[in-house]
Amino acid sequence: MSSSVMDIVNATVDWVTATLDAPSSRAVIFGFPIGGHLFVEVLLFLVIVYLFSQNSYRPPRRPLTEQERDELCEEWVPDPLIPSITDEMLYEPPVLESAAGPHTIINGKEVVNFASANYLGLIGHEKLLESCNSALEKYGVGSCGPRGFYGTIDVHLDCEARIANFLGTPDSILYSYGLSTMFSAIPAFAKKGDIIVVDEGVHWGIQNGLHLSRSTIKYFKHNDMEDLRKILEELTSNKKSERVKKLRRYIVVEAVYQNSGQIAPLDKIVELKEKYKFRVLLDESNSFGVLGKSGRGLTEYCGIPVEKIDIITAAMGHALATEGGFCTGSARVTDHQRLSSSGYVFSASLPPYLASAAITAIDILEENPGLITKLKKNIAILWKGLSGIQGLSFASSPESPIVFLRLEKADSVKSELQLKLLQDIANRLLKEHSIFVVASKKSTLDKCRLPLGIRLFVSAGHTESDLLKAAASLKDVAELVLKDHI
Amino acid sequence: MIAIPYLTALTTYFSYGLLFVFGQVRDFFRKIIDWWSASNLQGYAPICLGLEDFYIRRLYLRIQDCFNRPIASAPDAWFDVVERYSNDYNKTLKLTKKTSRCLNLGSYNYLGFAASDEYCTPRAIETLKKYSPSTCSSRVDGGTTNLHNELEECVANFVGKPAAIVFGMGYVTNSAILPVLMGKGGLIVSDSLNHNSIVNGARGSGARVCVFQHNTPAHLEEVLREKIAEGQPRTRRPWKKIIVIVEGIYSMEGELCKLPEIIAICKKYKAYTYLDEAHSIGAVGKTGRGVCELLGVDTADVDIMMGTFTKSFGSCGGYIAGSKELIQYLKYTCPAHLYATSISPPAAQQIICAIKVLLGEDGSNRGAQKLARIRENSNFFRSELQKMGFEVLGDNDSPVMPIMLYNPAKIPAFSRECLKQNVAVVTVAFPATPLLLARARICISASHTREDLIKALEVFGRVGDLVGIKYFPAQPKKAEAEEERLLKVD
Repeated sequence: MSSSVMDIVNATVDWVTATLDAPSSRAVIFGFPIGGHLFVEVLLFLVIVYLFSQNSYRPPRRPLTEQERDELCEEWVPDPLIPSITDEMLYEPPVLESAAGPHTIINGKEVVNFASANYLGLIGHEKLLESCNSALEKYGVGSCGPRGFYGTIDVHLDCEARIANFLGTPDSILYSYGLSTMFSAIPAFAKKGDIIVVDEGVHWGIQNGLHLSRSTIKYFKHNDMEDLRKILEELTSNKKSERVKKLRRYIVVEAVYQNSGQIAPLDKIVELKEKYKFRVLLDESNSFGVLGKSGRGLTEYCGIPVEKIDIITAAMGHALATEGGFCTGSARVTDHQRLSSSGYVFSASLPPYLASAAITAIDILEENPGLITKLKKNIAILWKGLSGIQGLSFASSPESPIVFLRLEKADSVKSELQLKLLQDIANRLLKEHSIFVVASKKSTLDKCRLPLGIRLFVSAGHTESDLLKAAASLKDVAELVLKDHI
Repeated sequence: MIAIPYLTALTTYFSYGLLFVFGQVRDFFRKIIDWWSASNLQGYAPICLGLEDFYIRRLYLRIQDCFNRPIASAPDAWFDVVERYSNDYNKTLKLTKKTSRCLNLGSYNYLGFAASDEYCTPRAIETLKKYSPSTCSSRVDGGTTNLHNELEECVANFVGKPAAIVFGMGYVTNSAILPVLMGKGGLIVSDSLNHNSIVNGARGSGARVCVFQHNTPAHLEEVLREKIAEGQPRTRRPWKKIIVIVEGIYSMEGELCKLPEIIAICKKYKAYTYLDEAHSIGAVGKTGRGVCELLGVDTADVDIMMGTFTKSFGSCGGYIAGSKELIQYLKYTCPAHLYATSISPPAAQQIICAIKVLLGEDGSNRGAQKLARIRENSNFFRSELQKMGFEVLGDNDSPVMPIMLYNPAKIPAFSRECLKQNVAVVTVAFPATPLLLARARICISASHTREDLIKALEVFGRVGDLVGIKYFPAQPKKAEAEEERLLKVD
């Protein structure tokens, strides 16, 4: 059986060899008869197999040896942690020896204070101190925990309800620091891909919030509604608009800009917002308790129902003369922040005595609408007093509690010199005239490019003579310091 | 590292899976219902997109009564928790007028300065009368009073650095300082469990951020070597500077930082060190000077020391301490110094007084007593919990001790059962911890008495059996009896 199989195999092999070799059995290569081409084929086949078995070409990988790594680490020289200290960094602010009220003591001398945003003059208000006092006795100073973990004290809830009730919104949420309010609220509502259109003059807290949100950010010219309209039009008109419709879109503005004192034209913004379907985030830090007949802020001032503004934030370290901040809006807006806003979730809550101060401050505000009329009057007096000032010009709106004077010829003066000149004015005013005003300073991180200036926070606590004296002194000093730059 | 038992991991995953599926089913029906009712969006995109708040709507709301519990008193050793009720399956909670007196194991009141204090409170009130609650101005404008300068001097002296700068909020301290120090071309090497404020600060700085395994010096070294050798990505330029950020006590783990090893590595690789002592300053160390003192590290070796006043000092705000030049530079350009309202004067006074008490400058030895008590309390409570078979994380001497719960259903169960028996605990779940590693966190205070702690242990013992979180076998009775005998002798 096996032999017959072998026979068949052998016969087949012979036949195949003969058939394959037949055509070239007499072939001669380089003078040698090779007796068929099988030999060549086998050789080629072997070469192919050899090539296949080789890896395809890669540049040789030579990872760094430990020794080389050691050397690299050894050689690396870091920059110093901070740049070397220059003279301009050595500025020391004046030190107050009493409360920062409309009049305060610096270097043992009583001065008129225009450096505190104590718009309603509530610093030192008896009722405010009383409520703080009893809160301190009952709750101690700190809350010793974030809101989630037993840091929610009944005054926080009362304060949130009081603010919402005052503004006519469904709910509000307290933050423990004014600066953190915006930079926590924005990333809670805007994520990567969302679109934010923002005024170029917004303060650093907002800038940081925008950065942290990783959204697409478009700046429009400071308080320029035409530019805003153009940008909104551009964003919504082109081919991508279908995609844009699915994204969250926001306009971020300040009611009264800290960097210029200008008031945002909210009626115009609301018109644009409704036309292009953007939501509005409004920072009322410098307008809450100031603008509007009863101090309810820019919405009241412009006669816009508060529901039309989706998210309102404000720092309480200004008109309310306490600390912290709040955000208000629909219940959805506030509830979402309670778990998604990093500055709320991951930070200890506002000290209870400051929350109770905020409640009392709103009470005082509601009981004394005269404070706002007084403030308005004071702003008007200062404006009138400052009219015709040499070398400086008004950057702020006439009704803004921040009177912001920028250099008239800012373009022709180098920015370092600008600050020097302005600081010189402030120093002289304090030293020679006992008027405490500040030259606005800018952090190197601040992207706002609005010009620097002299900033005066007007308070309802200033008397007419304070204001007139300040205006007259400022005029004199400005003329003296800026005589070369007029 | 936490070694989660295999079975527990499985059941935890199963529970979350179940919750997720149910949530999805409910969302589905919600969508159908919403489809019928008219949309009120009017062309706006929804303010919270799809899954963004799924966790809140479908998981968190079910157990929201365990969080944000309002209190109606100072967060002292015992406090009044306001009772709440819900008529709509926990969707909204309504407050009642009733309160229940509970043992507080949740607040960061390590030294007992949260309640009014015989030394601090009268002085804080005096300051309130003198300086009012706020300056309404930033530090660089008109917000610097004598008190602020005194505070900075006092803090610098206390932590052992040449100078310090203070801010009105701890969170802002981290998130506004890091962008000043680091920028493009810099590298931030951060512990994987660092606090959110550090994460946000690092993100805001524009520097590259890389993470090393939690509290693992060996991995830190590996990362540093590799990153220095590699240089910046793409351009391969050498890094401008590298900063390593660690915390003194990790608030969710209760672990002490392995500072000596980490400092040694940073020195070797010329990286700057940033130590966040939010939970450790005041709470640990012989005189309350934090982890540096506890672990014997020279403060000169730590470039930037950060801490908060919210915890041990019972106030608010935060500080950065460092070289004179560093502080000078921060005062020149840090946005929180330039733009934010300065720290409230009574809060500043509270900190000064608390530090004085700690240093014995108030003319009593209350500070030393407080420090001794928190150490004793912490170590007693930790060892007792371990004996009972709980899985407790963290190191000795640390007043923070997490008890592992794992399963999502055990979070509300533990919290509610404890509250029923008048012990208020904090439970922590995602997003503050990884999904699998839900836990209860105990913060011990110097104001707890031994009886308080024993009561808490009894309650935990009962609730632990009920909920089933004693993942380890309890220690044999005999040893316990022995221990008890020793305690009595104490």
